[in-house]
Amino acid sequence: MDMKTTKPEEKAFKVVGTRPVRPDGVPKVTGQARYGADFALPGMLWGSILRSPHAHARIRAIDTSKAAALPGVKAVITSADFPEQEYEFIGPERVAVNFWHMTRNVMAREKVLYEGHAVAAVAATTRAIADAALELIEVDYAPLPHVIDVDAAMRPDAPLLFEDMITRGIEPPPAKPSNISKRIEFGIGDLAAGFAAADAIVEMDFTTAPVHQGYIEPHACLARFDNKGQGELWSASQGHFVVRAFTAKLLNMNIGDVLVHPAEIGGGFGGKTVIYVEPLAAALSRRSGHPVKIMMSREDVFKSTGPTSGASMTVKIGARKDGSIVAAEGLFKFQAGAFPGSPVMNATMCGFAPYNIPNVRSVGYDVVCNRPKSAAYRAPGSPISAFAVESVMDAVAAKIDMDPLKFRLLNACKTGTPTVWGPKHAHDGYAETLQALLAHPAYKAPLGKNQGRGVASGFWFNNGGESSATVHVNEDGTVVVATGSMDIGGSRASMAIMAAETLGIEYEAVRAIVADTASIGFTHVTGGSRVTFATGIAVVEACNKVIAELRARAAMIWKIEAADVAWESGCAKPAGAAAGKFEPMPLKAIAAKRALTGGPIGAEASVNAGGAAPGFASELCDVEVDPETGAVKILRFVVAQDVGRAIHPSYVEGQLHGGVVQGIGWALNEEYIYDDAGHLTNAGFLDYRIPVASDLPMIEAVLVEVPNPNHPYGVKGAGEVNIVPAMAAVANAINSAVGRRLTDLPMSPPKVLAAIDAGC
Amino acid sequence: MSEMRYAAPANLEDAVALLSGANGAARVLAGGTDLLIQMRGGRVKPELLLDVKGIAEMRSILAENGGIRFGAAVSCMELVEHALFVQTWPGVTDAVKLIGSVQVKGRASVGGNVCNASPAADSVPAMIAAGAIASIVGPGGRRELPVEDIAAGPGKTTLAKGELLVSFLLPRRAPRSGDAYLRFTPRTEMDIAVVGAGVNLTLDAQGVCTQARVSLGAVAERALLVPEAAAALIGSKVDADALKRLGAAASAACRPIADKRGTREFRIKLAGVLARRAAQIALDRARGKN
Amino acid sequence: MAKHHVTAALNGNSVEFLCETQQTLLDVLRDELQLTGSKEGCATGDCGACSVTIDGRLVCSCLVLGVEAQGKSIQTIEGMAQGDRLHPLQRKFLEHAALQCGICTPGILIAARSLLERNPDPSEGEVRYWLAGNLCRCTGYNKIVDAVLDAAREMRGS
Repeated sequence: MDMKTTKPEEKAFKVVGTRPVRPDGVPKVTGQARYGADFALPGMLWGSILRSPHAHARIRAIDTSKAAALPGVKAVITSADFPEQEYEFIGPERVAVNFWHMTRNVMAREKVLYEGHAVAAVAATTRAIADAALELIEVDYAPLPHVIDVDAAMRPDAPLLFEDMITRGIEPPPAKPSNISKRIEFGIGDLAAGFAAADAIVEMDFTTAPVHQGYIEPHACLARFDNKGQGELWSASQGHFVVRAFTAKLLNMNIGDVLVHPAEIGGGFGGKTVIYVEPLAAALSRRSGHPVKIMMSREDVFKSTGPTSGASMTVKIGARKDGSIVAAEGLFKFQAGAFPGSPVMNATMCGFAPYNIPNVRSVGYDVVCNRPKSAAYRAPGSPISAFAVESVMDAVAAKIDMDPLKFRLLNACKTGTPTVWGPKHAHDGYAETLQALLAHPAYKAPLGKNQGRGVASGFWFNNGGESSATVHVNEDGTVVVATGSMDIGGSRASMAIMAAETLGIEYEAVRAIVADTASIGFTHVTGGSRVTFATGIAVVEACNKVIAELRARAAMIWKIEAADVAWESGCAKPAGAAAGKFEPMPLKAIAAKRALTGGPIGAEASVNAGGAAPGFASELCDVEVDPETGAVKILRFVVAQDVGRAIHPSYVEGQLHGGVVQGIGWALNEEYIYDDAGHLTNAGFLDYRIPVASDLPMIEAVLVEVPNPNHPYGVKGAGEVNIVPAMAAVANAINSAVGRRLTDLPMSPPKVLAAIDAGC
Repeated sequence: MSEMRYAAPANLEDAVALLSGANGAARVLAGGTDLLIQMRGGRVKPELLLDVKGIAEMRSILAENGGIRFGAAVSCMELVEHALFVQTWPGVTDAVKLIGSVQVKGRASVGGNVCNASPAADSVPAMIAAGAIASIVGPGGRRELPVEDIAAGPGKTTLAKGELLVSFLLPRRAPRSGDAYLRFTPRTEMDIAVVGAGVNLTLDAQGVCTQARVSLGAVAERALLVPEAAAALIGSKVDADALKRLGAAASAACRPIADKRGTREFRIKLAGVLARRAAQIALDRARGKN
Repeated sequence: MAKHHVTAALNGNSVEFLCETQQTLLDVLRDELQLTGSKEGCATGDCGACSVTIDGRLVCSCLVLGVEAQGKSIQTIEGMAQGDRLHPLQRKFLEHAALQCGICTPGILIAARSLLERNPDPSEGEVRYWLAGNLCRCTGYNKIVDAVLDAAREMRGS
């Protein structure tokens, strides 16, 4: 059963909190919605990409002449077709990009750095010809030793991916190059004094395997670029403005010369905030003079797109007998993949963030290694550090003989609690998720033989940032809301709900669409749980401008001052008795007279939304462990998350369900498995085991609503934090069932059985 | 680009002639659920695809001398929806039900599962335990072969060029017989067996096991018939002690590899566990059928 | 070698197409017949996004050759609604918010219809096992299972 806990004094809404059918629903249940691979143009060619068979090798030469000569082949490209980029990290450190790296990731230059790294691409009249042409491209590789494991990659004798990379974040900088791209450290208080005051200290080591976002839609796009320097793309991404910016940059084009149409997107979870096929299709199209379509295979997706990091971690927490945590320390080493930029900084910040701890130190390393460059995955970094921290929290609670939820509640952060990275927490919400679990019937339900219960919590920043929206009133009183946010799971519905609520009209009178890059202002990616918050603010702001205009039009009709017109329940009304006596004039009536009162009624709002409130989630998991096989069955799973306010509760619940199930997959079975040569051996959905329907019970979502005062409807991002506690919750439940603490993800049956048999 | 021929003969004679006459690699296309993936991955590049689904014997399920004969190209869904088959051979049914999703079972056949010669094929241990006999037609005529003798190793069979596996005969059931198949996979569905165990046994009126066959999958280069494990059951009442000896014999027969799906130790241990659990289910089924 | 000339019934209509031997039914549907409702998620039969029925049998169209469709009756997502009337499953998926990104939805709807044709009153477990061949990465399957059970209830008229 899904549930909701809302503070009783909240004012009632008419549309917010209801569950209407999404505007884009019918095309998506009839097969008519068009995703990345569903576009075609007359004269279209098929693009295909040659990928490295080596985990690490120098490219001595590439000969494309035979491929180019194959009948039907219209273009062949290599890295020589892309301009060199400057080596610089651009943007806030947590999400900085470096185009020198990006251009090398989309097409290898001096070296291939992972199996599956693109080295050349072909456009031909059929898929079969394009694939055949790849076999005619001759690449002269000089294979090099490779390294994948993060601890191995940090050793002084490890093979170097970049022979001149000096670790950033260490003063003075190291004299020798290494695979360590960056060191990060945060700290507050006096660690030694803190641990000295502890009655119980637990320190443990953890490792996690790289896992993939596992979206069902492989990357795909269609490009039509001409040799005059303009082009358009149909692309499934989490942000068409970012696709436009990155593609233009890698092709040395003006941003205004690239138009990106937002295809429907078949899942992303962070993995489609970056580009892979778009610049290649664009370059092939420009070269051939034809539209070019590229679809990745599933194997390509696993081998060549960004999983999140595997990690090696040590976490130490000290507490007093009364339950207060006095000190905590974490060391987080993350695989970045072939280029710098793992989410380790997030991990160092998020791990201890739920707790009020006076003395904390958090150290992180960003380490390159020979597997695809990591990409964002749902609350990037936070689930990994939470696995370690929340496992240790469980062990500390056991050591001081305290209920693990009450232990967390006792130390829960609230408004004003300091964070390890400096600023104080500005919002409540965490304690409320713990209280929701404490009050949940599941927490007291009896357990059977070989069964166990675990709890864990998590934190995620949630983002705001740049978003744009337009709101246009049609002559029949209906309204079109356009935004620049890709709809990855119901955001058209939430935008329409917020617009209907603000304007005071029916949901059915509002239609929400996603506009292309030429038709709306810049809007950042659908990621960071930012859309309902930031784009929602833009929509409400645009609606408020429209209301001002509607009031002005009513004033004109009534021949009174606009200031004397109020807007209530979708109608213009005189603002008080002094304004005059007029019947309320509905939006529809004003719209019908728009031509007489000044023409079209509409407004645009572009915002850089601050004030995003973080997400907190607490989760409870019951498992049953088969002591003879090590199989772990999820019996029950409850997730309590502070969502601020659920605009469309069904889609918010869906976020919680989905995040938890991804976390269950991460906990139990998902992993990148490499052979000794650095080849990925499970690059398919058969052996990369994401959960199937029969693996799962109904996930029970509790929507905790502690409204965010910085959003007109109280929204907090809801998409990500749900995944953060899941692996630790499962690990703690396994420990409760069989008395074995698993510290290496995934907790697959062989590992669980080995732990049981080893008796440790 | 080399061209790939496609032929869909309506009878065995034409099929054998086409297979025998192929210039390069020829592949039999029944359900295609393994073959199409191998072709797409570039692992096989057949010159001839021989679609056998138009051949009557390969698509029918018939009672024969108290047993059941079913075509090698009958889809798994057709088998598990066949009342007599399901009722007579619940263990083989268990195994066939585990071959992939409903979608895959809608195409995949037991003939394909056997001839693909994966050591982890789910139907094979159950078919071996059941004592299934394959009927093979080739240029030299028809021959019969126990299922355990078909796979030679991963991806290899003992079938000669031009030979075609046409049908299987599951023998007549003695009273008080039961069979079962269990496999271990990390997920509940959509997975490849880490270990599979098929057990088929017959009890006498006193409940003593008179006949047993035990077969293990994914613990060697091909599915194994394990007579030592069966010997642990024969003559016993399939009590806890006999089951324990069965498990030990099953584990002892394993010679697995370690791979992405499981370690050696894990497979060896699980083979014993699954053989024991499968025998318990087979026993319950035998007791339920007096 | 010349292409194969195939005649089949597609969503009740007679259709002819040309295909090469190695082209799958999914390739034919999407690239030759412009029916892109069936999706390619893996091309190895592991995700179910390309689910269709052939002569009433649920299959992955990525594991069927186009040439094998000769003389067969194929049903795809594009044939599920009758004119402007959605199938009860389609309606229930919308009402229950049983899709987030929607890429798996066509395949799941086809698979669910196939289940309800055989078993009008499935248990939650039967729904989960029948749909195990259809991966969804967004929803955790909750609302999908709810929608299928609710559609079954409505179709039984109870």
